[in-house]
Amino acid sequence: MRAATPWSEVFELLSVGTGETLYMVGVSTLIATLLGIPLGVLLHLSAPSGLRPNVVLHKILGTVVDLGRAMPFLVLLVALTSVTRLLVRTSIGPTAAIVPLAVGAVPFVGRLVQNVLREVHVSVVEAAVTTGASTLRIVRSVLLRESAPALINAIGVTTIALLGYSAMAGVIGGGGLGDVAVRIGYQRFDDRVLWSTVVLLAVLTTVIQLLFDLAARLVDRRRHAST
Amino acid sequence: MITVENLTKTFPSQGGPVTALAGVTLDVRAGTVCGVVGPSGAGKSTLARCVALLERPDSGSIRVDGTDLVGLDGSRLRAARRQIGVVPQGDSLLRQRTAAGNVALPLESAGMPAPQRRSRVAELLDLVGLTDKAGNYPDQLSGGQRQRVAVARALAANPSVLLADEPTSALDPETTGSVLTVLDRARAELGVTVLVVTHDMAVVRRICDDVAVLEHGRVVEHGRVLDLVSDANSRTAATLLPEVDQSAGVAGNHDRVADVVLVGFAAVGALLPEAASRFDVQLALLGGGLTRLGETPVARFRVGLTGERADSALEWISDTGAVVVRTPKGPQGVAA
Repeated sequence: MRAATPWSEVFELLSVGTGETLYMVGVSTLIATLLGIPLGVLLHLSAPSGLRPNVVLHKILGTVVDLGRAMPFLVLLVALTSVTRLLVRTSIGPTAAIVPLAVGAVPFVGRLVQNVLREVHVSVVEAAVTTGASTLRIVRSVLLRESAPALINAIGVTTIALLGYSAMAGVIGGGGLGDVAVRIGYQRFDDRVLWSTVVLLAVLTTVIQLLFDLAARLVDRRRHAST
Repeated sequence: MITVENLTKTFPSQGGPVTALAGVTLDVRAGTVCGVVGPSGAGKSTLARCVALLERPDSGSIRVDGTDLVGLDGSRLRAARRQIGVVPQGDSLLRQRTAAGNVALPLESAGMPAPQRRSRVAELLDLVGLTDKAGNYPDQLSGGQRQRVAVARALAANPSVLLADEPTSALDPETTGSVLTVLDRARAELGVTVLVVTHDMAVVRRICDDVAVLEHGRVVEHGRVLDLVSDANSRTAATLLPEVDQSAGVAGNHDRVADVVLVGFAAVGALLPEAASRFDVQLALLGGGLTRLGETPVARFRVGLTGERADSALEWISDTGAVVVRTPKGPQGVAA
């Protein structure tokens, strides 16, 4: 058994790992948000009680989303290797990990968004309908705007879930903090590295949560309630 | 004006199809307020949703200023919706927008440029008396204020018809007054034709020129409120007029006992005393009372008449335009 890694090296490992993790999580969250919100909106609109009921579309989207969410991430990670190579010309490294992370998160975000939009009261939506607003305007000015705080919370939940999944990216050489924890902390029995990573991940999770809470509060106009 | 003709709507359900509207025909004169009343389950809400163009009737037509709005699609449907301002049932304001922002929504849909929008919003908030609440969010407004914002929003795009679906159902009687005043002002100042769907007779009493009673998906009574109260068989009259204790005076020693319905200042103020002096009868008020329908005083009194010419007095009252209903039993032992 070898001696513990010196602190200076630990810092080096952790800072590189943090950078890689934030890169993977950040980009995949962004992609998942950009694709997941329209997906959630479509799920909501095409539902039988929605503004544009469409049984076929709703069923297809629902099935795709359910299949996507049923897939264990580790399986997705390896199953998508060829797709990843096609998209980003490599199947290893952080950039390669973004593909399965984003693909896994899109259906997740879609469902979260659908649930959030469902919370906008029917009478509020119908009031907008009676003003002669187009569906696009209702989506933008009513559905998304009214649920903006909840949407931001949903993205926060997604980000933290992706932070968890990104730890598995080490499997395809994705790097990141998870990789540091497993390859160095665990496999080389280096408790110092292992526990430093654990603490750092906990801190990251807390900070991300705080940032999203703050953002949600900033867009929520209802908080100005007591004047 | 708005004309609803032969509107039918059936909903599927587990126990077979349920008929919500079984041929509703309704005519609301331009610039008047018409109340649609009826027990729950009578089809009020379905009628309101059809007129709001949220629900498509199975058959029939809804004409606003002559144009049938049933069966439109796409942009023509959206344009038609702008002709009918709707105050929906329940809380319908965007909670993330100020009162002014909510009123602006229909103007945005209509593509009005921002500067004009601002002045129009200011006008509307002034109409509903909420200029000082322009920057408040719905959570900072009372139930009545929220409803007035909803009225302002409904009026924003200058519709010719305003439909209010149970606008006072969640409000206490005092706040109800402020909302009704605003609806009445919309009619008076903007000349909109107002259709109010309500279970609350106070709404009819306060602001309605006309009333339609809906039952089992059909209009069973429709007419001017002031005409209906003079109709002895009208159920609107029965609920709107002051109640009369049915036993009042029956056992007394009056020569005649009758219920008299008086409409208007002159009738309420002077008719009974004049009858008494003209026919030299003693006239006693046994029950009933005075109320107001809109601006018009209306009374229903039970009167007891004593004197030889009691019958003539009642006939004269009736000829003068008041409604006289002699109590069915009548006093015993009358020497006629």
